[in-house]
Amino acid sequence: MADRPVPVVEKRLMDVKLGELGTWLGGRDFTPNGLISAVRRGHDRYYNKYINVKKGGIGGIAMLIVGYVAISYVWEYDHIKHDRWRKYH
Amino acid sequence: MMLNLFDQFMSPTLLGIPLMLLALSLPWVLYPKPLKRWLNNRTLTIQSWFINNFIKQIFLPMNTEGHKWAMLLTSLLIFLITLNLLGLLPYTFTPTTQLSLNMAFATPIWLTTVILGMRKQPTHSLGHLLPEGTPTLLIPILVVIETISLFIRPLALGVRLTANLTAGHLLIQLIASGAYFLFPLMPAVALLTSTLLFLLTLLEVAVAMIQAYVFVLLLSLYLQENI
Repeated sequence: MADRPVPVVEKRLMDVKLGELGTWLGGRDFTPNGLISAVRRGHDRYYNKYINVKKGGIGGIAMLIVGYVAISYVWEYDHIKHDRWRKYH
Repeated sequence: MMLNLFDQFMSPTLLGIPLMLLALSLPWVLYPKPLKRWLNNRTLTIQSWFINNFIKQIFLPMNTEGHKWAMLLTSLLIFLITLNLLGLLPYTFTPTTQLSLNMAFATPIWLTTVILGMRKQPTHSLGHLLPEGTPTLLIPILVVIETISLFIRPLALGVRLTANLTAGHLLIQLIASGAYFLFPLMPAVALLTSTLLFLLTLLEVAVAMIQAYVFVLLLSLYLQENI
């Protein structure tokens, strides 16, 4: 099926070809407003998929919390690596 | 081997960004806004039920002037409860263990209640410095004591929250290390220690919620006196 040509910058990430990645990144909106609207869009996508459903369970929030624990681990790794059990420190 | 038991309370930074920022902004993500629908999803229903119950509980004994503070005190409660409970997860950072944060919450709000009381009804607020029915001889001493107690309030509020949470986290770390190191040596004792750890964790969950509630309750009481 022949689609109409779409400018590279407006494609979704999964549709961008590997060679076009540089152009895509260069054209994205990195101003504070742009970043905030990107965060907002991501949040809305997650919210409408997992939490704003008729019979939502604990999964929606549980995924957020597990992600938070994982990020905290990565953040604190430099700190925690001293807590390993070694014979000689 | 723990090099230093208090290292868990240092705010770690990654690429110059402190983890405190992430920890402080996470509660925003966890509480969605009510939709313009008649019936909301389950998460929102539980959230609204909880907030309504809390507001009824705290603001019923207050006069109408005080009801203007509902949004501030409720957001404070939700923020503190979330921070405390999230701090019990592994590897997370609890911002409320930092005295600076708790003093930053306690002092301005307490000062507002005092200044409001002094401006609107100075006689009434000053009257709080002397409990009813004191013998005449004791009046000077009691006024001094009550003034000191008034000024200690923000300090007490901040330190209470900090101390409770810090002590809880330290205890958990100590007992967990104990159970961990005893396990290869004396498994029976390690089992007892693990039971203690389990009970302590339950206590910590309760303390996290109670301390946040007490903080906001006391602030509402100070407000009631002065408004």
